[in-house]
Amino acid sequence: MTAFVQQMVLGLLIGGLYGLAAAGLSLVFGVLKVLNVAHGQLIMLGGYGAFWLGALAGFDPFAALTLVIPGALAFGAVLYWTLFAWVVRASEETRVKNSLLIGFGLALALDALAVRLWTADERSITTSYAGAVVSVGGIAIPLVRLASLVLAGALIGGVHLLLARTRWGRAIRATAEDWEAALLTGIDVRRAYLLAFAIGTALAGAAGTLVSVGYSVSPSIGLEWTLKALVVVVLAGLGSMPGTFVGGLVLGLAEAAAAWGFGGPYREMVGLVLFFVVLVARPQGLFAR
Amino acid sequence: MLEVEGLEASYGSFRVLSGVTLEVRPGEIVALLGPNGAGKTTLIRCIAGLLRPRAGAMRWEGRPLGQAEAHTVVERGVAVVPEGRRLFGSMSVEENLALGAFAPRARRGEASRLEGVYAIFPVLRERRRQLVRALSGGQQQMVAIGRALMADPRLLVLDEPSLGLAPRLVESIFGLLREINRGGVSILLVEQNVHAALALAHRGYILEAGRVAAEGQGSVLLNDAHVRRAYLGPLAR
Ligand SMILES: Nc1ncnc2c1ncn2[C@@H]1O[C@H](COP(=O)(O)OP(=O)(O)OP(=O)(O)O)[C@@H](O)[C@H]1O
Ligand SMILES: [Mg+2]
Repeated sequence: MTAFVQQMVLGLLIGGLYGLAAAGLSLVFGVLKVLNVAHGQLIMLGGYGAFWLGALAGFDPFAALTLVIPGALAFGAVLYWTLFAWVVRASEETRVKNSLLIGFGLALALDALAVRLWTADERSITTSYAGAVVSVGGIAIPLVRLASLVLAGALIGGVHLLLARTRWGRAIRATAEDWEAALLTGIDVRRAYLLAFAIGTALAGAAGTLVSVGYSVSPSIGLEWTLKALVVVVLAGLGSMPGTFVGGLVLGLAEAAAAWGFGGPYREMVGLVLFFVVLVARPQGLFAR
Repeated sequence: MLEVEGLEASYGSFRVLSGVTLEVRPGEIVALLGPNGAGKTTLIRCIAGLLRPRAGAMRWEGRPLGQAEAHTVVERGVAVVPEGRRLFGSMSVEENLALGAFAPRARRGEASRLEGVYAIFPVLRERRRQLVRALSGGQQQMVAIGRALMADPRLLVLDEPSLGLAPRLVESIFGLLREINRGGVSILLVEQNVHAALALAHRGYILEAGRVAAEGQGSVLLNDAHVRRAYLGPLAR
């Protein structure tokens, strides 16, 4: 029983990162109608960014977030202008197709770049408090991962408030719902696209930082994280940041339960099973209204 | 104040407008009538900047229209109530109205204009926290008109605001348009409801297969329309 609870706790902890990873993908897809399959590579870059801020400048990984997030925002803006601004001019039907081509190209390029810059080795940030654990009734909770879960929730909550309460947040939601109607109300939808893409990239950067401190990064993790994020987006549906966070937790718990019940190899399969079941039974997602 | 001259527009190679000329003068209500598929919505999409015309010119307050990006049109004082309303259904009434005042110029006096809209449509104040998609069709039309008024327009363009509404509601909406017009807002009104529209409008145009087939004062056209009623009807081609 303790072993089961322990597994579930670990599943919940990584689930928070799944939610954070998915939040950016969901925002970009919901607003731009563009599926950025390189989203996982952006997470990978965020991880290396934090890693090098630590290795070269002695930054604590959590403190590095204060630089990784603005850096990723700026990087997202550049990516939007150089690559994705062209795609959103296409009609909505051809957008997804074109964005897949650009996304795969970008993913391959970033993978190759990462191998050149950082070699294919796995890296993870070690801190003085890396091994710290709190025990609750025989269950060990790694502090770093707990902090990551809390931060992931806080970041998602922050973006949720931004979208719900601010003028441009409202404009981004309006653009997601009906971009022509948004234009008619005077919203510069290109700017809404840019903001959404930059925020989505910043969320990826933050997720990457937390992955590199609680887990590890290597040039090959991009695709894996894109898939996790995609499963969560399908689970949660578009349009709700808190829903996406909960979707991430659900995936984390489901993986842990599968690994405990059927063995480690089934951990990776449960996401795909959920993916198909939800697509067939409830294509709008579990939490979409 | 709005001048459209020799406007041509098409979707791909399918030509919809072939040389439309019309104008809306300051303070006027102008009705734009015509059978389904005549190109009325297409004309409005051109004015709103959503569709680039093939040829022809549009001017608004003396300056060219349709070259700048669509979001700048409302900033210049032209607000559109589109066909099918196109509200943000997952947002509340108040959020939809606030979005109507998104343009920088419209932000000044936003609070008092919101009060104005609530004064015109008291039911919207009661429902202001409700999601728009939970409202009735008539209430949604009120939100659509309210959203356009929040932009503080000098020209209000409406594409079939009466569609799907009960006759009494249509009457009250048309009465409101007259009020709004008396407040100094010019109106371009696309309608299938020929009689009501021509009774309200100072002048009207009849669009047929992408051309202006007739124009004139409301009462004159109305007589004309008696003759033409057969093919101004919604099923006629
Ligand atoms: N997006 C589009 N792509 C291709 N053809 C279109 C498109 N929109 C409209 N059309 C065609 O253009 C013509 C004019 O359409 P438009 O919507 O302007 O007519 P309308 O006068 O507004 O008609 P209604 O009274 O039914 O609203 C129609 O033949 C229509 O089929
Ligand atoms: Mg129409």
